[in-house]
Amino acid sequence: MTSTATPVDNGVNVEFLLTARNMVAEQPEGANFKWRASNQWVKGTHSRSTVSGFFGLGDEQKHRTEFVFDGDHPELFSSQDEGPTPVELLLVSLASCLTAGVAAVAQNREIQLRSVTATLEGDMDVRGILGADPEVRNGFSEIRVSYKIDADASPDDIKALVAQSQKRSAVYDIVTNPTSITVEVE
Amino acid sequence: MQRIAAVVIGAGQTGLAMSRHLSERSIEHVLLERGEVANSWRNERWDSLRLLTPNWLNRLPGYGYPGDDPDGYMTMPEIVDHIATYADTIDAPVESHTEVTSVQTADDGFRILTTDSEWSARAVVIASGPYHRPHVPAFADAIPSTVRCLAATDYRNPDQLEAGDVMVVGAASTGVQLAEEIHRSGRPVTLAVGGHVRMPRVYRGMDIMWWLDAAGVLDERYDEVDDIVRARHVSSFQLVGSPARSTVDLNSLQQIGVRLVGRLAGITDEGTVQFSGSLPNQCALADLKLGRLLDALDDWAIEHPSDTETDRPERFPPTNVPVDSPLLLPLRTGGIKTILWATGYRPEYPWLHIPVLDAKGAVRHVGGVTRVPGLYVMGTTFLRRRKSTLIVGADDDARELSTHLCEYLGQPARIA
Repeated sequence: MTSTATPVDNGVNVEFLLTARNMVAEQPEGANFKWRASNQWVKGTHSRSTVSGFFGLGDEQKHRTEFVFDGDHPELFSSQDEGPTPVELLLVSLASCLTAGVAAVAQNREIQLRSVTATLEGDMDVRGILGADPEVRNGFSEIRVSYKIDADASPDDIKALVAQSQKRSAVYDIVTNPTSITVEVE
Repeated sequence: MQRIAAVVIGAGQTGLAMSRHLSERSIEHVLLERGEVANSWRNERWDSLRLLTPNWLNRLPGYGYPGDDPDGYMTMPEIVDHIATYADTIDAPVESHTEVTSVQTADDGFRILTTDSEWSARAVVIASGPYHRPHVPAFADAIPSTVRCLAATDYRNPDQLEAGDVMVVGAASTGVQLAEEIHRSGRPVTLAVGGHVRMPRVYRGMDIMWWLDAAGVLDERYDEVDDIVRARHVSSFQLVGSPARSTVDLNSLQQIGVRLVGRLAGITDEGTVQFSGSLPNQCALADLKLGRLLDALDDWAIEHPSDTETDRPERFPPTNVPVDSPLLLPLRTGGIKTILWATGYRPEYPWLHIPVLDAKGAVRHVGGVTRVPGLYVMGTTFLRRRKSTLIVGADDDARELSTHLCEYLGQPARIA
C-alpha cells in the first residue's frame, strides 16, 4: 500500500475485473470462453497464424483488428527464419500473461509500477524433436523467468506480486499442468 | 410427530455450543446425532492425531480446559472425553444414534425425519461439521488397480499399508502429518504439494496458536476480510500437535527423506501420473505469506508490550525447492503401492430438501444465516470468523446465531 497523493494507475481497470468476477460467479455460463487461432502453411517450416474472433459472455466476439503471427525456424536448421520458432512464441505467450497479471495484481494492491521487464529462457535438448534419443522429451525441460520490477513497494511485496500473478495465470497453468488436446483431420 | 422450537443436527462441539446458548435463552431444542456425541472425532480420525490447538485454547461456552497440561495437545480419546463431559455438564438434550434422513420446509417451519422419529420445528441449525465426503480428483479412476487408494478418513496407522512407497496427495495439515508418520514407518513417501500454508509450531517461544489468538487473527470476521471466497478456500495450516511441539513443514519433511513433487495434475493412458511444474511458486507463495504473518505478529507485539514476554523476533529459512523433482511418475512399473488422498473434503447434504445449496453443494449463507428464515448452518470453514472450525470458535458463533434465532422465534434475546 502507498499513501501518495496521486492515485495508483497502472492502466488496469480493476473495478471492471472485480465486477466481472462477481458476475461470472453468479452466472457461470457467461464465464465459458473459447479462444481461437487459425494457421496456414506458407512454405517450408514457415506458417502464418491469424487471431480475430473468440467466444465469450454468451456471444461471438471480435478483436479490434486481426492479428497475424509468423512462425518459422532459424537458418541453422536450414529454414528461412521468417518468424520466431513456436517455442519462442510460447515464451512470448507466458511472458505476456505473467506481465498482465503483475499489472492487474499491482493495481488491485494499489502498488504503482514504474517499469516491469521480464526475460525468459527455456532449456531444450533437441535430440528429442530430432528423434535422436527416444528417452529425451520434445519440449522444454525447464523454463526460467526473470523479472526486474521498479515499483512503490517493498522487495517482498514485489515478489508477492509475481507469485500471485503465476497463481492466476492461464498460460502458466497450461504450461505447468496437463491439458487434453484433440487433433482432427477434416 | 414431536413439536419443538429448534432442532440442531449434530452433537459435536458446534452443536453443543449452540445447545448451551439455546438453553441459556430457554429455547426448547433437541440435538439429533447420527452416532454418539463427538462422533467424527471418535470414528473418522487416525490413531496418532492430536488436536492442533493447545489445551488451554479448547474452551467451550462456560467451560474451560479442566486438566493439568494447558500447553499440551489432546489425543482423540481426550478430545472425545472433553466434548462428552461438556455434553453431560450442560445436560445437552442429545438423541444419539438418530440419523437425520430428511429436512424440508413445512407450513409452520420445518419437518425433520430421522431413522426412527419425526419432528416439527420452527428453526433448524445444521451443525454436521465441515468434513463430509473426502474429495478425490476425477482422474483417480484411471489409477491402475495395482495401486491401493485410501482416503485420509479411512487411514488409521501405517500398519494398514503394504510395504513399499506411498504417495501422499496434499500438503495441508493432514497431508504433512501422514507423510511424516508413514515415511518414519519405513515406507518411503512422495508428497504431492499444491497450495499450502506454512506455519511454525512455536514462534518467539510461544505456541503459534497463542499468537493467532492474542493478536486477533482467529477473531477476524467474515464481513471484515478482503475476499471471503478466497479466505474460505485457504488450506489448513501445516501443523502437528505433538508433545515435542515440533514444527512440520516441507523442510523438515525433506530432512527425513520425504520426496516433494508438484500438485498432482493428471494421469496418462499409460498410468503415469503427472505433477504440476508449479512447486517453486507454491513454496514461494507460502514463504511470503508466512513472512507477512510474522511481520504482522511482530508489529502487534510492539504495540502490546505488556501482553508479551516473548523471545526476540525470528525468521525461518526459505523452503528448499528440490532441483530434481520429477514431473512424471509411472504407476504400473514404479514403486508406489499406495496413494493416500489428503485432498480435503466436499460438503454433502443428501437429506436437506430445501433449495439453499450452491452449485458445489455447500449451504449458501451469510455468516451462518441462510435465506430461508429459521435455517442456520454452523461449523463450516470461516463461517463467521477465522476460528469457526476450531473448538474455541464455537462459542462466539453460537452466541450470535442463537441471538438471531431467538429474534426469529419472536422471543426476547435474554442472556442468562
